[in-house]
Amino acid sequence: MVNEEALFFSRILTELTLSFHIIYATIGVGIPLMIMIAQWVGIKKNDEHYILLARRWTRGFVITVAVGVVTGTAIGLQLSLLWPNFMELAGNVIALPLFMETFAFFFEAIFLGIYLYTWDRFENQRKHLLLLIPVAVGASFSAVFITMVNAFMNAPQGFELVDGQLVNINPIVAMFNPAMPTKVAHVVVTAYMTSAFVLASIAAFRLLKGSNHIYHKKALSLTMKLGLIFSIAAAVIGDFSGKYLAEYQPEKLAAAEWHFETEGKAPLIMYGVLDDGEVKYAIKLPFALSVLAHSDPTAEVLGLDQFPEDEIPPLYIHYLFDIMVTIGVWMVVLSFVFWIGMKRRWPIIHTKWFRWLIVLGGPLSILAIEAGWWMAEVGRQPWVLRGLMRTADAATSSNQVDLMLVLFAGLYVILAIGTIVVLSRMFRKNPVERELEERAAEKGGVPK
Amino acid sequence: MNLEILGISVLWTFLFGYTIVASIDFGAGFFNAYSVYAGKKHILTNIIQRYLSPVWEVTNVFLVFFFVGIVGFFPKTAFYYGTILLVPASIAILLLAIRGSYYAFETYGSRGHKGYAFMYGLSGLFIPASLSIVLTISEGGFVSLVDGNPVLDYWALFSSPLTWSIVVLSLAAVLYISAVFLTWYANKAKDSKATELMRKYALLWAFPTIVTAGGIIVELRFHNPEHYGRILGLWWMFALSFLMFIGTVWLIWNRKHYGRAFGLLVGQFALAFYAYGFSHYPYLLYPHLTIYDGFTNKAMAISLVVAFIAGLCLLIPSLYLLLRLFLFDKKYVEGKSDYHP
Repeated sequence: MVNEEALFFSRILTELTLSFHIIYATIGVGIPLMIMIAQWVGIKKNDEHYILLARRWTRGFVITVAVGVVTGTAIGLQLSLLWPNFMELAGNVIALPLFMETFAFFFEAIFLGIYLYTWDRFENQRKHLLLLIPVAVGASFSAVFITMVNAFMNAPQGFELVDGQLVNINPIVAMFNPAMPTKVAHVVVTAYMTSAFVLASIAAFRLLKGSNHIYHKKALSLTMKLGLIFSIAAAVIGDFSGKYLAEYQPEKLAAAEWHFETEGKAPLIMYGVLDDGEVKYAIKLPFALSVLAHSDPTAEVLGLDQFPEDEIPPLYIHYLFDIMVTIGVWMVVLSFVFWIGMKRRWPIIHTKWFRWLIVLGGPLSILAIEAGWWMAEVGRQPWVLRGLMRTADAATSSNQVDLMLVLFAGLYVILAIGTIVVLSRMFRKNPVERELEERAAEKGGVPK
Repeated sequence: MNLEILGISVLWTFLFGYTIVASIDFGAGFFNAYSVYAGKKHILTNIIQRYLSPVWEVTNVFLVFFFVGIVGFFPKTAFYYGTILLVPASIAILLLAIRGSYYAFETYGSRGHKGYAFMYGLSGLFIPASLSIVLTISEGGFVSLVDGNPVLDYWALFSSPLTWSIVVLSLAAVLYISAVFLTWYANKAKDSKATELMRKYALLWAFPTIVTAGGIIVELRFHNPEHYGRILGLWWMFALSFLMFIGTVWLIWNRKHYGRAFGLLVGQFALAFYAYGFSHYPYLLYPHLTIYDGFTNKAMAISLVVAFIAGLCLLIPSLYLLLRLFLFDKKYVEGKSDYHP
């Protein structure tokens, strides 16, 4: 029954599409909120710079939205094309949030179009703010709904399986599964965090490249402050996610932590390499895993010895976990130092090397997002629906998946190059200094 | 009315919505690219971009809505169509991706890039062709079950005259719908040159549209007699649709009431689209899948309908606002305000 080759290529193609899509999707969820906040700050402080900030971010955002939309369409269809058996089964239970996601997306699309093309139509800036609220709400809610679908795959419920037949289906119970609260919260907050740091790295980069305009300084301090808030929130929710895993998906936690034997007072293993089943060069934090899993330093944590061998996820997810957590903590520290530095007027935060660290923060945050998703997804192997349907049984029986993989890989290369070229040209050609002058000239005033 | 019929009617309506807005979009892209090469760019580009810019993203959502909805209401379609459509649907996704992103690159990035305009125009013509394959497949005769898995016979598909008629119809209809709409839009913008040009295109594409549409009905007589029989039963809907077609052409020919002409065109396609849909009943994929054995469970169906109604309460006012601000805003249409992203 199982077509091994189609299964292999389907997994690669899905991973490729999602890995590419989430870069744009994360930005697409977070940036509308940043734009809205900038617009709001601009109104409150009556400061033209923040309004312009909102507009310039939007202009770049449109390009990423376009690629996000088309790759999102791709993954939406690929779910049925590559995993027809999975969708046939899951469609019966989880179609509701999938359907609601399109509504959220629809809502966002409409108001983004309106906002973009009414920039100077209303005198009152508050009207523009009102248009941005549905954009930000729609963007965040599409993340909420689609993550519910993913959470369901980790913790399927809301139905009973009797003799291979689905009975007593309850779509609401399926949506509000145990994995949902931590997953949704973590996804949304890390999207905000990543977007804030991406925007901060742009501002820091402009400051490094010679433009010493107050506009960039305002942008930097706003985004770093937002980044600090959201990265702390991400860490707290990350801790809750650990507790969720210990309770409901212990095999994922055990694999991510290389926790082989069930024991109390379990240490947390940071870094290290796995060599023939032996952990080397690792840092062991005593009791930390018990604390992470159960908020109790002596609590027993289930180890991999408790699971059948063919239900254990690949152990390399430990490295992904390390990457995600390290970057997360690093960004909290970096933005915290920046915030204190602003308050205390430390000269260090204006040095070149510190700004380079901020520039690096954006790409690093995106890397953390990727690592986190890979860990979460690979960590539920071999299941596509945990405990219910194996990935191997979900794949298509079609023989052309390899060819499609090549085609889509080519597409993503083209889209990536296109985005980079267009975005950099867009902002290099039209620096903020010139735009500020033009706006001032339009109003007949003196440039600030 | 039972839930199965309600579900398919909702989806069919969204597919119809997509057909109209996407046709305008695809056709506009093609006319735009063509005008760049024929040296008529100055006449058409402004009109086209002014209409398309605020709505291109919305167009795409209609499609997403349809394919998410059909898997929701009829999960078995994921199994049948998902398996057999891997290649044609992937090609459609690729083209949609190129088109959507290059539209954004051109409009917001570097205006006037010839390569972008070309890619965007050309891909728009292939998308209707690759999507309309689904209509052909749904007529049956191309899919067989091997070891319980559906397999598509590509050779039979590509050598069937029905396939090619539907492809030609989709192309002609796209250009016809788009031209009629843009004639009206250009006229509203008081751009007489663009109006004249689009009027010419509209009249040019009207004829192939109606001829292929008629031809397909005849071909179905041989391909799927059962379906043909049901089409004959609905002859009055097709007749009414044809009268509306005559009305549109007559109005455009006489340079009168372009708005009404477009209204008649929507009516014409709606009647034909629904008549075709009704006559296809009860099959989703002839003869393997009907709407009854593919339908989801009751609880999901009810919650989808509730979500759908709630969603519409949100969408319809928003869409109305969008149309009021752009399509029906005189100043915007005439290009006097807000045309600088």
